[in-house]
Amino acid sequence: MSDAWRWLIAGEWRAHPMRFLLAGLAIAVGVALGFAVHVINRSAADAFGEAVRSVSGAADLQVRATSPLGFSENLYPRIFRLAPVADASPALEFNARVQDRQEPVSLVGIDVLRALTVTPALLGRRLDRREAGPASTRAAGADAALDPEAIYLSQAILDRTRLRPGDKVRVRVGALAHEFTFAGDMPGVPAGQAIAMIDIAAAQWRFGRLGSLSRIDLKLRDGVGTQAARETIQSALPSGTRLADPEGESRRGDSLSRAYRVNLDMLALVALLTGGFLVYSAQSLSVARRLSQFALLRTLGMRKGSIEGQLLAEGLVLGLLGSVSGLLLGYGLAALGLRFVGGDLGGGYFGGTAAELQFAPAAAILFLTLGVATAVGGSYAPARAAGKLAPAVAIRQSGDLVDPRERPRWRPALLLMLLGAGCALLPPIERLPLFGYLAVALVLAGGVAAMPWLARTLLRPLTRFDSRRPSVEMALRRLLGAPSQASTALAGIVASTGLMIAMAIMVTSFRGSVEDWLDTFLSGDLYLSTARSGAVFDPATQTRLAGTPGIADIGFAKTVPLALDPELPSVLLLVRPLDRPGVTLPLIERAETRGVGIPIWLSEPAARLYGKKPGDAMPLPLGRSGGPAQAWVAGIWRDYARQQGAIEIDAADYVRLTGDRERGEAAVTFAPGASPARVRAAIEARLPPELRGRVDIAEPATLRREALRLFDRSFAITYVLEAIAILIGLTGVAATISAQTIARMKEFGMLRHIGMRPRSILAMLASEGVLLGLIGLAAGAVLGLGISQILIHVINPQSFNWTMETRLPWTLLLTVAIGLVTAAAGTAMLAGRRALSASAIRAVSEDW
Amino acid sequence: MNAPALHIRQLAKSVPGGRLLFDGLSLEIAAGEHVAIRGESGVGKSTLLNLIAGLDTPDRGEIGIAGTPLATLDENARTDLRRDAIGFVFQAFHILPHLTLQQNVALPLLLQKRSRADALGRAASLLDAVGLGGRLRSYPKELSGGELQRVAIARSLVHAPALLLADEPTGNLDPDTARQIMELLGKAVKEQGAAMLLVTHSPAAAAMADRQLLLTHDGLVPA
Repeated sequence: MSDAWRWLIAGEWRAHPMRFLLAGLAIAVGVALGFAVHVINRSAADAFGEAVRSVSGAADLQVRATSPLGFSENLYPRIFRLAPVADASPALEFNARVQDRQEPVSLVGIDVLRALTVTPALLGRRLDRREAGPASTRAAGADAALDPEAIYLSQAILDRTRLRPGDKVRVRVGALAHEFTFAGDMPGVPAGQAIAMIDIAAAQWRFGRLGSLSRIDLKLRDGVGTQAARETIQSALPSGTRLADPEGESRRGDSLSRAYRVNLDMLALVALLTGGFLVYSAQSLSVARRLSQFALLRTLGMRKGSIEGQLLAEGLVLGLLGSVSGLLLGYGLAALGLRFVGGDLGGGYFGGTAAELQFAPAAAILFLTLGVATAVGGSYAPARAAGKLAPAVAIRQSGDLVDPRERPRWRPALLLMLLGAGCALLPPIERLPLFGYLAVALVLAGGVAAMPWLARTLLRPLTRFDSRRPSVEMALRRLLGAPSQASTALAGIVASTGLMIAMAIMVTSFRGSVEDWLDTFLSGDLYLSTARSGAVFDPATQTRLAGTPGIADIGFAKTVPLALDPELPSVLLLVRPLDRPGVTLPLIERAETRGVGIPIWLSEPAARLYGKKPGDAMPLPLGRSGGPAQAWVAGIWRDYARQQGAIEIDAADYVRLTGDRERGEAAVTFAPGASPARVRAAIEARLPPELRGRVDIAEPATLRREALRLFDRSFAITYVLEAIAILIGLTGVAATISAQTIARMKEFGMLRHIGMRPRSILAMLASEGVLLGLIGLAAGAVLGLGISQILIHVINPQSFNWTMETRLPWTLLLTVAIGLVTAAAGTAMLAGRRALSASAIRAVSEDW
Repeated sequence: MNAPALHIRQLAKSVPGGRLLFDGLSLEIAAGEHVAIRGESGVGKSTLLNLIAGLDTPDRGEIGIAGTPLATLDENARTDLRRDAIGFVFQAFHILPHLTLQQNVALPLLLQKRSRADALGRAASLLDAVGLGGRLRSYPKELSGGELQRVAIARSLVHAPALLLADEPTGNLDPDTARQIMELLGKAVKEQGAAMLLVTHSPAAAAMADRQLLLTHDGLVPA
């Protein structure tokens, strides 16, 4: 950077520190939000991946069951004998509760002798009964391993339970419970992971899974290519099983939250984008103010490129300072976010996983680059304008960047909007709506680019009326005569209003659709659930409960995760008696003809994820014989609760396929005239002792309230990010209007000289503000509606695979309208107070 | 007997910091009389114009426009007096870039709540008088410095003021253009029957006035 540049930039910043501080702050906040969201998401996803890898030991590959029902252990010797397999370790995996605590733990039953070579990370370390502690430990030998009563616990469980070697450990899986003896810890399991290990035979016996396995962990022979091994093993797998690896499992879990995380990242980038608008405004006004300075520099021999370079260098320095501060701020925000909001940022994806803050150097470089690029990008147009300046005109100060004869161009704006519309029609990339985001950016850019033309088109008809109010006439003339300056102020208004309205429409539409969906879905009178405790209703309990006085009907249900695609998280099979009065489905589509096999109903996300439509065949890996069960899609229903997809199956069909009669939930319909309180008490009284206190009983209103609370929670961070983006946008508007007003001191001075009252000048500025606000509002509302349709029909379905109907938040829109127009007029008037000062009068004089 | 267009009695004004610009300054300009004031930079010429226009207040003394003492008027009344009785011509023209020439000239009439058609009509005739009748719809960007000052002269006279205050009206112009502008200004002001107080460094411009004065720290003295 040359000395001249340094002097000029430093001089400009010394003269107007607040303007640059504000622009730098906007960049810093944008970078900080983006980086914080990224760091939190990465830390949480890493912790989740760590949890998945821990429970998998260190196996090269795994054969896994597609459902929690497992597969026959007869498969084990067949897999063991395959050529690429060096060793194979059978395992049974449960979601269990230890010592009746609420937190779930992963209980793994393994064959220690096999695990020694395949998954040593899952091995236990025996602790001495009298002198507990690492110093008095010895490795678990075969004797310990064969002890069917021994249980080994990871440090995370020990921290919670404070157990000592030899203590009895009550372990509950579904309806079954057994007391083991605490034998030792699991040093191979990373900190924070709640894993327990028992002998596989004990696991099969104690928890009713004789002859069944959840997975087989594999160690491949040295020199065998993973791909070749995969193909060989895959060809030997029956239905109901799939080939997996720990990395793939981590990716499957990660994919569920990816869209939510990317959406938050995008919102954070919106804050950065609005920061870019602020830089643009600051630089545009700085150029307007420095016209004569640039003209002088040109006259003194500074080249056009050098003027442009100076402004871009200002942007670069601004971007660097803002971005570095933003990264520091972002890291701090991430630490606070992880501590107070949690790793899933309200999305509810990584339940039970404790995330630790991890610095992300690559992301830091990326956000630094984005911040700098935004600041330089915001400076580009003003730099070009300054470069184009005719020095002879500018130095006389009779000219301006404004040329009222210039016809605002509408073609670039139309082109941008058409490109945006085109992008909105494109499919997702890697299940992410990247073209959707691009469409939003293009439509927004098109809207901003259309402002000079739109402002003139909307204002021109107003000149036909003679208001006889000089303040209004002057305001109108100025906005018409200086459309590019007006649009500099409008850019911020339109961008922030458009995004605010789009988000408001999307969230209102989403919430409204969720409310409708809840009304249909929660059609029972009372709901029972054991989800939190992991308990189950066995057939005997079901019969007892069905006989409760005051009940007209009770439908027992169950949720079973099914792995249908190696790259996707498990779809949830919802087992319910579909012919009961309390069971209704919010159907969107229905098959016109019957298919082959059993009918199933896919949720909208499941239909989109697996590419199914009504009438299609969809085999399910549920057959008891080892072969897949024939099924067909009878309908598609709306679901906002299970992003990974859900499949409804009638309980009778499910029992026929699996023989599984245990259930975890129930929907109760009261008999006419029954007292809800009495029925509830009667149900509680009929629960067997081991289920008392472990069943949640709730009325639909409570569930509805809770569901909407979760909905609002998941949007809380979205609201915060959007509010910040809007705040930056409005700050930009205020800064722009204020700077423009200050730049017009001579105009105000002249008006004061020729007899315009200060009040009239304020009225003129207020009229300008109101007109700007109204145009911004009109454009923002149209843009917002357009962008909301991209959010509703492109980004949401492509991110989360669900659709919704558009609903307009009229009250909110009216509030936004009033707020925006008031803010624009108020800001203009506040800034205009300077016009009333003595300096405005002196500004007209060249020689004082 | 008609009141003078401007009277100033025993005027004193100091700048922030306490430096006294002038003290005991008195002046009277009859209706239709042209007076030029010269003086060194910083002696307070522009401040004197601001005081006369009611945009600044003196430490002591009295100023009256067409017989009306400014001290008796509140802020709004002073503004209205400026709007109706005073015209201004500035060194840097101060023509609004986003208005056409006609709209710029019509501005003072709009401030008087005259109808737009009336204001534009009168502006057109004033622009015609200053030789810009064919460029009513042009924008300031298209004009030279001399032409811009012609627009400023038209604007200063459009509302037929009793007093015109001209602050270095030729300061930004070449000598030939300056002479033309001064001739035009003098002629136009005379035709309107207005008095003019011209503040200038230029001896040539000052020479065109009926009376020349020099502003010093001791007050106004004949030049």
